[in-house]
Amino acid sequence: MTDLLEHTAAELLELLNSGQVRAVELVQACLDQIARWDGLVGAFLQVGAEAALAQAAQIDRRRQVGEPVGPLAGLPVAIKDNLCTLNVPTTCASRMLADFRPPYDATVVQRLKQADAILLGRTNMDEFAMGGSTETSAFQKTRNPWDFERIPGGSSGGSAACVAARMTPLSVGTDTGGSIRQPAALCGVVGLKPTYGRVSRYGLVAFASSLDQIGPLARTVEDAALLLEVLAGHDPKDSTSVPRPVPPYSKTVGEKLQGLRIGVVPEHYTEGLDEEVAQAVQEAVRVYRSLGATIREVHLPHSKYAVAAYYIIAPSEASSNLARYDGVHFGYRTPEQAMRAQLEAEEALLRRTGNQTALEELDTPLVRMFRQTRSEGFGAEVKRRIMLGTYALSAGYYEAYYLKALKVRRLIRQDFDQAFQEVDVILGPVTPSPAFRLGEKIDDPLAMYLFDLYTVVTNLAGICGVSIPCGFSRLGLPIGLHLQAPAFEEDRLLRAAAMFQQATDWRRRPPLEKLVARRP
Amino acid sequence: MAISREEVQKVALLGRLLLDPQEVDIMTTQLGRVLDYMALLREVDTEGVQPMAHAVEMANVFREDRAEPSLSRELALANAPHRDEECYRVPAVLGEV
Repeated sequence: MTDLLEHTAAELLELLNSGQVRAVELVQACLDQIARWDGLVGAFLQVGAEAALAQAAQIDRRRQVGEPVGPLAGLPVAIKDNLCTLNVPTTCASRMLADFRPPYDATVVQRLKQADAILLGRTNMDEFAMGGSTETSAFQKTRNPWDFERIPGGSSGGSAACVAARMTPLSVGTDTGGSIRQPAALCGVVGLKPTYGRVSRYGLVAFASSLDQIGPLARTVEDAALLLEVLAGHDPKDSTSVPRPVPPYSKTVGEKLQGLRIGVVPEHYTEGLDEEVAQAVQEAVRVYRSLGATIREVHLPHSKYAVAAYYIIAPSEASSNLARYDGVHFGYRTPEQAMRAQLEAEEALLRRTGNQTALEELDTPLVRMFRQTRSEGFGAEVKRRIMLGTYALSAGYYEAYYLKALKVRRLIRQDFDQAFQEVDVILGPVTPSPAFRLGEKIDDPLAMYLFDLYTVVTNLAGICGVSIPCGFSRLGLPIGLHLQAPAFEEDRLLRAAAMFQQATDWRRRPPLEKLVARRP
Repeated sequence: MAISREEVQKVALLGRLLLDPQEVDIMTTQLGRVLDYMALLREVDTEGVQPMAHAVEMANVFREDRAEPSLSRELALANAPHRDEECYRVPAVLGEV
């Protein structure tokens, strides 16, 4: 069955369509791989084995009798746990939503169902997609399939790890500041963040609404194209989704781009960039040159301000979006009796000590219910972002922080507009280094934020970007190559990425067996 | 230090969070470091630059004002932590219950 799992999604689709493989066999192979490895990797929060097998059997029957089937019929897809799925727990890896069962499907989930994809399970993530290591999940750690002591990246760490570990050919992630591309890079798979507005966000649990996008993870660019074609498209339920036709990405992805102009950015090669990553990226430049591309230097002078701007804008939007978790409408609520008893004890104490000011400032039961619910339901990183955003939006700081960041965002966008007048795609590193160790940055939020410096610009500018494997470090850790293209040029982005993947041999299988043998 | 303990407590109230004294200490240090880093933005000349609030800047999107199928009351209440037949239940806003 191992060989079956080594096939790309496109190959599997052919095998399914020609009747050489049944969807039930394929799903069972994925479930077996999950059963064998996910105890260690921890990519899935939940696996829907029974439902997946039942759906697969139904697709097999439909194929047998010659009924028409959807474009992904029988292909397993894993879903990040922040995409609402009817009646299926959608937790965002947060205690706040541990028992939340959405009353509707996200548009992308609906599209996947219509395409007859098999929804295999829900993948682990940083809580509310806030983090870059999947360590802020309230439920479990996910390990990098290339080194179990290292992070898989984040926030879509589960979606990247399960594709890398051959548990599924395809998965869906979300990217607000790099959360698809960064884990894809660190796990050695392909991950694409579409242009803002390309994919409907309806039913995606909101983090930062002007930056969030949903996108595909896969092992080949061709497979990412296949999945993006299903995910993309206008949706009346998301007024920021753009009414443009979806090009047939999967049909054109193999066509080479003639006269491709690639931009390299001197600002990328700063002190903090790991030497091995820099070398792999420079080698990628040589590959493109050998494929006939012209290489040009372009400048993104405001990139160095991107992390600062991003970590004002994203938390500001988050603090507003997460105001809805108030213990009233859905989600966690603090046990009320204990809360009231505590509040009454505080009040009694203040009366005894005659502290009039504190007494007047004491929370009402309703406000205390909000505060206690949120403090118990959210983890440390989510609280940090709420604090940061609330501060940046508060009276007296709004102009210095939020408004300033929005102006810098405009300048970053203008840098890209200018650069794209001279080049077709911009090439660079995805991350400053390969995967770091579990726990290495968890107590240093600023260090964690600075790891995002190459990816946040794409979201701020609202353009599209992809990460593709471009090498390995001496320690055997994957390195990702970042390509960015102008808004709504996913077709160009995918074709440029496919050219590289066809010319190189970095699509490899993680040494899971060896890692286990090496464990103490 | 870019932010004081008192400010942290004030912001926690605005953000409807309740921090214990230890969390206030950690938050004060961590937010302070992050905000110090944000000072980097001061060196950017943004005179006359229009703020960019959204990636795709478009006009309002309207649809026809016509009733469409919506969630039933039962479904809307289904995930409520505390409810009765037709409402969400919350602690009393005014006075005691």
